[in-house]
Amino acid sequence: MLSFFSAHSPLLAIVIPLLAAPLCMVFGNKSVAFVISFLAAAASFALSVFMLLWVKDGTVLSYHIGGWAPPLGIEYRVDTANAFVLSIVSAIGMLALSYARTSITTEINEKHHTLFYACFIMCFTGLMGVTITGDAFNIFVFLEISSLSTYTLVALGAEKDKRALSAAYDYLILGTIGATFFVIGLGFIYMATGTLNLHDLSQRLPEISDSRTVRAGFALIVIGMGLKVAIYPLHRWLPGAYTYSPSAVSVFLAATATKVALYVIIRFMFSVYSKDFAFEAITFQYVILPLALIAMFAAAFVAAYQINIKRMLAYSSVSQIGYMLLGLSILNVEGVSGAFVHMFNHAITKGALFMAIGAIVFRTGSALLPNMAGLGKQMPWTSAAIVVGGLSLIGIPGTAGFVSKWVLMSAAFEREWWPIALLIVASSLIAVVYIWRVVEVLYLQAPAKESVVQEAPLSLLVPTWILIIATIVFGLYADFAISISTTAAEYIMQGGFGGKEVIILGVEGR
Amino acid sequence: MERIFDAEFALGHMNYWLFVILMMTGLYIVVARGNLLKKIVGLNLFQVAVFMLYISMGKIAGGTAPILIDNPDQLYSNPLPHVLILTAIVVGVATTSLGLALIVRINETYGTIEEDEVLEIDHQMYAAEVAEMNKNKPVKTDAA
Repeated sequence: MLSFFSAHSPLLAIVIPLLAAPLCMVFGNKSVAFVISFLAAAASFALSVFMLLWVKDGTVLSYHIGGWAPPLGIEYRVDTANAFVLSIVSAIGMLALSYARTSITTEINEKHHTLFYACFIMCFTGLMGVTITGDAFNIFVFLEISSLSTYTLVALGAEKDKRALSAAYDYLILGTIGATFFVIGLGFIYMATGTLNLHDLSQRLPEISDSRTVRAGFALIVIGMGLKVAIYPLHRWLPGAYTYSPSAVSVFLAATATKVALYVIIRFMFSVYSKDFAFEAITFQYVILPLALIAMFAAAFVAAYQINIKRMLAYSSVSQIGYMLLGLSILNVEGVSGAFVHMFNHAITKGALFMAIGAIVFRTGSALLPNMAGLGKQMPWTSAAIVVGGLSLIGIPGTAGFVSKWVLMSAAFEREWWPIALLIVASSLIAVVYIWRVVEVLYLQAPAKESVVQEAPLSLLVPTWILIIATIVFGLYADFAISISTTAAEYIMQGGFGGKEVIILGVEGR
Repeated sequence: MERIFDAEFALGHMNYWLFVILMMTGLYIVVARGNLLKKIVGLNLFQVAVFMLYISMGKIAGGTAPILIDNPDQLYSNPLPHVLILTAIVVGVATTSLGLALIVRINETYGTIEEDEVLEIDHQMYAAEVAEMNKNKPVKTDAA
């Protein structure tokens, strides 16, 4: 039995949540739906961690679906990089689900709760699928599964604030344009190579790297995925979608959706197209790097002026994505590993912050800054969570945020790009400004006289504090995240989708 | 030095020119039209152009449908892009229906499906929030 699970772990991590969604609908009862979706997410998390431990030394798992050998058959290919992302997504998904049970009671009409869980676990499946698959078209299909369910989840916020509808619509239009650009890009590289398997593509592309088709394909893939990542000028959908969606959805989206899209960009830029392509280095140096720097500053400035805290955190996400892109643009192992560490640290930090804000919304009904006056005394645990999460966002030593900024800075020093390192510090100072605004309102302002706000219920506090404790633990014991990210970055920077050794799974069934 | 205009190349890729025109028409409608419904139409046009791009690249001159018959030398078109597009069409239909459902909800809650008016209402809601904040600006507690 155990060997069955280990031999089919890549497939089961996707199929279990995929089947959970229709099961939720079949039972049609919200408590059953919650249990099913939570168990599916937990199973997926266990399998992801199991795979991460298996591949963390650089082994690659290649799962042949239905026993059909790639490149003809579809392959799930797990290496250190995507096992790491899988674990992040499933961990956050599981915690966000446990958080959702209480948080959606005030936000979504009770008759929609079953649908909510079904959509949520579908979105979870899509994101996991995008990450695990080794087939380029499969990425598109899973991407659309996750996107379509995300649009629905965002629109569910409409019962609280009708702007969720226009935000969901904007996201639908821009997300579809992005996905379609991605498909055009895939079409071009398929035309040039005749294959859609990522590993196979990486072998065939170098011979024809000079072709205009291949370069156009690269441009379309980067732009298409760039829309999903919210690279600076393409981020228009993000603030609305994060601000008006239900709290649990904000947590899940902010912590995972952009990270998965960023993982796809990394996979295409370094594995499929290797960094030796001349046009890729130029793209990074003259397009991605400036945009990343602009994002770090412009988005952080905009964040400092927001009165809605969820919107502030959304702009802060755009600025944090800038750090990850900056890490990639440095184009060395340290930089890419910095991007991975920051993905992980930002996921837990931003997840925790959105959970804490969600707890305030649960009690006060609003995420507007003035309504939070004096909550430091009334909701001590939630407020403390915001302070610790905020410190991690700034990058204070002892928190997870410091670790990734340190790795990014040492990557910049290695290339002797010391101005870049200074800019990283400078933009962190803007983060101090926008976090301080919240802390000041929470602790130094008197509460409105008539208001008596209770501390958030334990069902919201426990997931929040699990993530907050994770930011501290991974800030103090940084080796775990750094060693995995470094292994991931080393193999990714070699180009291709290979590793130390390839273990083939899923064939003995035939 | 490449030739600036290569008539043979241009004419030989006639199908791609047509798809590019259709694609850009669709994208232009999405960007330029203010009516939410027309944006969905533009989005569909954009997607359909991509579908046709895929379908035409699998076509081989003189090829038939890829069905195994007696003659093994029979020339057939590449079925893979066609199958991929079947999936993409399903995705496109799902996107369209979700978009239309959202438009219905927007029409119910905002009372309009013109983007300008929806944005105007959004801005008014934001302005109301800001006004609310300035009205009851809380007094700072004594720092001492």
